[in-house]
Amino acid sequence: MLDCTPKEIIKRSGGVINPAKTCQPIGAMYAALGIHNCLPHSHGSQGCCAYHRSHLTRHFREPVMATTSSFTEGASVFGGGGNLKTAIKNVFAIYNPDVMAVHTTCLSETIGDDIPTLIKSAEVPEGKVVIHANTPSYQGSHITGFSNMVKGMVDYLARSDTDEKKEQVNIIPGFINPGDMREIKRLVSKMGIKFIMFPDTSGVMDSPMTGKFHMFPAGGARVEDIRDTGNSRLTIALGYYASSNPAHQLERNCRVPAMTIKTPIGIKATDDLLMTLRGKFTREIPYELEEERGQLVDVMTDTHHHFYGKKVAIFGDPDILTGLTEFVLSLGMRPVHVLTGTPGGTLGGPQGIFEKEINEMLAAARLEGRVKAAGDLFELHQWIKNEPVDLLMGNTYGKYIARAEDIPFVRVGFPILDRSTHPYLPIVGYRGAMRLVEMISNALLDRQDRDAADEDLELVM
Amino acid sequence: MSAAVPNDQLINDHLIEERESSILIKGGQRKNQLKCDADSIAGCISQRACVYCGARVVLNPVTDAIHLVHGPIGCASYTWDIRGSLSSGSELYRNSFSTDLKENDIIFGGEKKLARAIDELVQKYKAPVVFVYATCVVGVIGDDLEAVCKKAAQKHGIQVIPVQSSGFIGNKSAGYRAACDALLRLIEPRSAARPPVNKYRIKSINYLGDFNLAGEAWIITEYLRQIGVEVNVVFTGDSKCNNLQKAPGAALNIIQCAGSMAYLAQRMEELYGIPYMRVSFLGLEDTSASLRSIAAFFKDLQMQRRAEELIRRETVAVKPQMEGYRAKLRHKKAAIYVGGGFKAISLIKQFRELGIDVVMVGTQTGREEDYQTLHHIADNGTVILDDANPSELERFMTEKGAHLLVGGVKERPLAYKLGVAFIDHNHDRKHPLSGYVGAVNFAREVHDTVCSPVWKYARGSGGGIYAGS
Ligand code: SF4
Ligand code: SF4
Repeated sequence: MLDCTPKEIIKRSGGVINPAKTCQPIGAMYAALGIHNCLPHSHGSQGCCAYHRSHLTRHFREPVMATTSSFTEGASVFGGGGNLKTAIKNVFAIYNPDVMAVHTTCLSETIGDDIPTLIKSAEVPEGKVVIHANTPSYQGSHITGFSNMVKGMVDYLARSDTDEKKEQVNIIPGFINPGDMREIKRLVSKMGIKFIMFPDTSGVMDSPMTGKFHMFPAGGARVEDIRDTGNSRLTIALGYYASSNPAHQLERNCRVPAMTIKTPIGIKATDDLLMTLRGKFTREIPYELEEERGQLVDVMTDTHHHFYGKKVAIFGDPDILTGLTEFVLSLGMRPVHVLTGTPGGTLGGPQGIFEKEINEMLAAARLEGRVKAAGDLFELHQWIKNEPVDLLMGNTYGKYIARAEDIPFVRVGFPILDRSTHPYLPIVGYRGAMRLVEMISNALLDRQDRDAADEDLELVM
Repeated sequence: MSAAVPNDQLINDHLIEERESSILIKGGQRKNQLKCDADSIAGCISQRACVYCGARVVLNPVTDAIHLVHGPIGCASYTWDIRGSLSSGSELYRNSFSTDLKENDIIFGGEKKLARAIDELVQKYKAPVVFVYATCVVGVIGDDLEAVCKKAAQKHGIQVIPVQSSGFIGNKSAGYRAACDALLRLIEPRSAARPPVNKYRIKSINYLGDFNLAGEAWIITEYLRQIGVEVNVVFTGDSKCNNLQKAPGAALNIIQCAGSMAYLAQRMEELYGIPYMRVSFLGLEDTSASLRSIAAFFKDLQMQRRAEELIRRETVAVKPQMEGYRAKLRHKKAAIYVGGGFKAISLIKQFRELGIDVVMVGTQTGREEDYQTLHHIADNGTVILDDANPSELERFMTEKGAHLLVGGVKERPLAYKLGVAFIDHNHDRKHPLSGYVGAVNFAREVHDTVCSPVWKYARGSGGGIYAGS
């Protein structure tokens, strides 16, 4: 049995057991893959880069390309400037990307390499760009890293060329799967609004099989489009943690007003996205989307009796969790434990925005639950031992808890290392919500079938 | 296109200059010495990992240990239970423990937090040993792991062993060495009166360099039991602290993964007078040869007879299946890109057993003698390369028309994108690949992927989705 977690909760102060987050560079690497013809570059030792590539590979089941500065002892003593300059030269000579997106690792951060200065003094071929983000992993999490790299895109690429803003919206999707990004693009397109999504990993991390290996698959936000985000009329940041920081940076740099709304997971958050677009661009919501919404409501009413009062524990990345929590509440479930590994206050703002937001949702539903940012899965497991749940939702690492406590388990979020196809299939939008309903009810009803005595097994459920 | 025609031109256009000396073609005129064991070039896509990774691979299968990663969170997150080594008892090693260093710790040092973490974990889990892994940052900020561990060991009356595995101090091999040093500390007899070395358990061996992926160590242990050899302890597959401490009592060390464990064997010979021998249990040929040499070492006719019997029995048992696969796989072409040189050598032999031609072979950390052997046994025209990057792998697999790639996690989707079959010979493997059963599993895996109907759909798609039809 894989259960090494005692029930009794004791105070801990010396680190983490079974983390619910990982480190900044992997988020930065993923974000960078959302630029067309971009090669992420890890400034540090080889190991980090190898781990980040492996982990992304396991989640997406796609080749993940990234170069590294390959630090050795010399670099760690005398600084990695030389390595970075060599790397810049080699990257363009060998792989010829349009953009090289440098992120730091803990090591180069600790040594204190001054990346912007190094980039300025390096020889970057005509027409090519090197952008960067500082991503020390002793702060934040992979979500912070994602946000930082998107901010880097804004700083290096976005330009405001005209006083008059264009009738177009920037969408910063946050750390979600390419299938989710596709779905959001579909919704915005259906509204008939011109948009620029960045980063956009669709077509890169869900690229089709062609029989050829493409170092740079066809997808991703194009540099000229990211440049043009400075001319847009509005930026919608989806998810406070992964997206709002770059959106505000764009507002400061190019006077593009920024607003942050939830990642559109579940019916209410999807409504919010569409209503925002409608309000800001005075468009009608097309019948097709109304139809989809109606179908979702139909599914929810058909199945609500399966869900009512069921206790659920949810963990993962904060932007995903706010949507998921709101959605399971709308199904009548009781999210009694909600935990993220990402610490609060990533914007330099107050701690505990995550806790506050979830607690407000719970309060509105007259429920109480345990909510925590900067937690780990050991703690979540202890909570569950003390207050059992009917369902667990989260990334692959939840399978240990699910097995130890014998709880049905729905895999959502990052990383999912033991199932396939998820990067293609959205959980956002009305259709994504339908898929969530299906996943949740399959988990609960399969369980009911499996546990039913012969005489209790029902054909119709 | 004949594979026997060496084609140096293949290399010269389009490859990075600095990389040229790391690639050669058997039978080509240019050279027959490969540059290896060198640092990767900055700005290349390397498939290599780090020192910590090497150390973690080797030590992780100590199942009842607390493996505490001293560093920021990622290093621990990525190594959480990805190793696939099985346990017959404790599952403690499958948890992920990290000091999760924060900015303050980086500035003021992480020693206090480390000490607290050890205290809390030891209290909670009552483990006999704690391995504390140093990551890059720890190496740079200069925490005194030695001192913290020593103090904690005294306080709790157990072994707390630092593993000097800061990522930048070398490559994966340096990590193997750091792990071996940690193991040596663990097994060092602690009483002043050392046990009588090597004499009292005549037919007992230590099995080094098997990490019990998918239960492989259990298969080999069983073969050895059948020929009359007792396995004293496996290093480190499915091992526990107190078995490991009995290591000095064995009469012989056999080493499967030489890359990681040759150093430990040498040290144990110096310290405890235990001789060692290299073995390989990958493929029929190597497995049989290894069993024979072990039996020969003990100069025991009974044992030699039992070994021959086992070899015959097992070979006969798997023969029909192997021939079935061979018939279907003959003259397919395979490419190999794995971590260590020794595995690559075994794989070439295994492919021969299946009638498959190896057209490309490379490793991440192979050493000069490995490459000499590879060069020696490879067919003319085979591309041999060290520390390859994905573009090179792609290029040679395509040019050589490989049907199959053997590699690890990062190589899998690369192969698939090319419409090439794949098998994992690394930590993501799902079936044991050792011994006679392993040889059959290997053949089956090769067959199942190479002969899958999916490639029919995949291959046509190069010139557009409907091109092939
Ligand atoms: S050193 Fe830092 S960047 Fe590298 S894997 Fe560890 S936490 Fe992540
Ligand atoms: S920080 Fe160092 S030890 Fe950790 S993964 Fe990176 S290279 Fe390896």
